[in-house]
Amino acid sequence: MLEFISRMLGKESASSKTVAKERLRLVLVHDRASISPAMLNRLREDLIKVISNYMEIDEAALEFNLLQDDDEVALVANIPVVKMKRDYATKV
Amino acid sequence: MGEVIVVTSGKGGVGKTTTSANIGTGLAAAGHKVVLVDTDIGLRNLDVVMGLENRIVYDLVDVTSGNCRLKQALIKDKRFENLFLLPAAQTKDKSAVSPEQMKTLAAELKEEFDFAIIDCPAGIEQGFRNAIAGADRAIVVCTPEVSAVRDADRIIGLLEAAELRNPKLIINRIRPEMVKRGDMMDISDILDILAIELIGVVPEDESIVISTNRGEPAVMDQGSKAGEAYRRITRRIKGEEVALMNLDVPLGIMDKLKRLVGIR
Repeated sequence: MLEFISRMLGKESASSKTVAKERLRLVLVHDRASISPAMLNRLREDLIKVISNYMEIDEAALEFNLLQDDDEVALVANIPVVKMKRDYATKV
Repeated sequence: MGEVIVVTSGKGGVGKTTTSANIGTGLAAAGHKVVLVDTDIGLRNLDVVMGLENRIVYDLVDVTSGNCRLKQALIKDKRFENLFLLPAAQTKDKSAVSPEQMKTLAAELKEEFDFAIIDCPAGIEQGFRNAIAGADRAIVVCTPEVSAVRDADRIIGLLEAAELRNPKLIINRIRPEMVKRGDMMDISDILDILAIELIGVVPEDESIVISTNRGEPAVMDQGSKAGEAYRRITRRIKGEEVALMNLDVPLGIMDKLKRLVGIR
């Protein structure tokens, strides 16, 4: 009843379908981000390969993670650089 | 050469079996030779929805394990002589059939029928893998609820991983008056989220309960709104372009008042 009155007064904050849609959007970000460790590993190796074209990196100290928060998912990588490749400039 | 279409959803209770029965019956009514396959081993229901539960002798597991020939297990429908049911086994479990056996069966069905409609069990385990194994295309059923849409999203991912591209969506049990109040997700909300192509919208309709009570698919009931929705879906499956049903409800007195006062 209270809800009805508040609706009549136009104070309705969000219709329940908007709430549903927003909750779904968030939960699906998480669901869809649940990739297998094997795939994460392949991605890690691919990234190392690409970056190694440009700089020498410390592979042992490399951190690589998919972080899930309440409202976002992020790929976080911490890649220590040992040195830049000097020959890069001449290659291009 | 026929086509094998799997009807799936992830979540249970959203209307896979009702949808399979109605699509199959609708296609048969249009003159196609159709077989309905119940792959929900252990929890068969397509037989009762079709009103054919008293005629079962052999079942899917009998066929895949070679206990009987396909022809012996097929049950002819009461209404259409070009419509058949291959019932699920009731006393076995999902592991009694393998995806390879389903592929072989699907190939055999395609020789014989224009359409094979596979009713998939709920879940994403072996029963699901069996059901999709021999399919050429997939129809995903979901209701406008958070749980059903979430599971549909997971199923769409699994279908694509299994190389079943471009599954089509049926939004089932939509309640136009709730949509209008903003208390139910509408078609565009769900399409936004799932990002797949829509093949039909079926309104919530008491006639489905009644027709299921009787074992008569609603698609044959000219007075049923859900039946009309299924007739349109049937035509779309055949490749026709058919407009969506008008599901608008007339404005109630309160809505008109609110509009007058300018609240909405």
